[in-house]
Amino acid sequence: MRASGKGATAAHGVVQTRFVLELDGVTRVHGEGARYVSALVNAHLALQPGEFVAVMGPSGSGKSTLLHLAGGLDVPTTGKVLVEGADLAALSVTDRAVIRRRSVGYVFQDFNLLPALTAAENVAFPLELDGWSARRARLEALAVLDEVGACELADRRPEEMSGGQAQRVAIARALVGPRRLLLADEPTGALDSATGTVILQLLRERADRGAAVLMVTHEARFAAWADRTVFLRDGRIVDETGPSDASQLLAEQAS
Amino acid sequence: MSVKHAMLALLSRRPCTTYQLRKDFDLSTSQAWPLNIGQVSTTLQRLHRDGLVVRESGTDDDTSSPEPWRLTELGRAELNTWWHSPVLREHRGRDELVIKFSLAVLVPGVDVVGLVQRQRTAMQRMMHDVTRARREVAMNDLAARLVLDNYIFTIEAELRWLDSVEESVARASLPHEERVAVEIEPETVPGRRTR
Repeated sequence: MRASGKGATAAHGVVQTRFVLELDGVTRVHGEGARYVSALVNAHLALQPGEFVAVMGPSGSGKSTLLHLAGGLDVPTTGKVLVEGADLAALSVTDRAVIRRRSVGYVFQDFNLLPALTAAENVAFPLELDGWSARRARLEALAVLDEVGACELADRRPEEMSGGQAQRVAIARALVGPRRLLLADEPTGALDSATGTVILQLLRERADRGAAVLMVTHEARFAAWADRTVFLRDGRIVDETGPSDASQLLAEQAS
Repeated sequence: MSVKHAMLALLSRRPCTTYQLRKDFDLSTSQAWPLNIGQVSTTLQRLHRDGLVVRESGTDDDTSSPEPWRLTELGRAELNTWWHSPVLREHRGRDELVIKFSLAVLVPGVDVVGLVQRQRTAMQRMMHDVTRARREVAMNDLAARLVLDNYIFTIEAELRWLDSVEESVARASLPHEERVAVEIEPETVPGRRTR
């Protein structure tokens, strides 16, 4: 999908846009000569607030590369990645780290919670890194834990939680503060089917409340919770589900 | 699908008119397999002929009567036999999708990988629609949830089959030496992750 709807370029390389995330002709290559590998080729993708997009594809198709680029963990060889209008490649390493901390939340397959901290401390941690007072960060963390139905876990450490509970806390951490972009890498990979469905319900709910969610998964059943699915193969976006005939019909009837 | 046994099952709850049976059947299956009133009426006539149902009064055999039907003892026994018998899927016969791919790998010049992807996209779109419908089903509507879950798992099985088709086609297109290596690799390399 091609990005569109941009306005004028403002100061500091920030573009007024209706998209939370835009990948505009993004290519990422590694190595040279015989070791040259195209991990992602000319990818166009745009997510609006409240949009939930799933990415599917076989191993080595570029799913993780796409997610890393979207989150500013990697930079494209050519093309642009814009998070809330900011071109990540045009930023300094420090500014990119600030964008990652303030605008992007990550959910990983293995949760990545800090083992020595309680759930509330884990969720409050990115806010404290951003200069919030410990008290204010904790209050905000408790509010987000409550939103994701995990307030009873506030004082538990990760080792005292089930996989589903830990992922719930990880989602709270990904969403705490002003962040509106949630990147999820196989978030159900370490969970049983029923718990996986609960996590998808939660991600769907967050999207319905305005977050943009980009999720990599290899489970078609879980991808179906998204608004659309993008298929990758050999680093290229080869297809996407787009709106269904039924959705189009409903939209036409509503207009 | 056994309309006959569905009618017996619905009548085991309480006597019902032909119209009510049709309505109850649609509700119990979330209108997944809609029946017209003629199909229900014909089924009831056969059940009546075989002594499995009678009019509630036990006297009227006029099939156009609005009087409710009820199960006979014979009907109840037939229903019990059905409850206790596992249902085995009938052979699907000529499946257009399977035939299409079987031909695609035989006919020169067909882009099988593209064909797989188009089919996958269409089925994933269907999965989105059914999942959306499933999300909107009320928690207490267990029958609708079971029907929609069945759709979801059926689509998922076909999507997995498409993955398998794609792998088989990719493997078949490799030179012989590489094909042998790919086929034995998962067993000879311990700890290899496969998805």
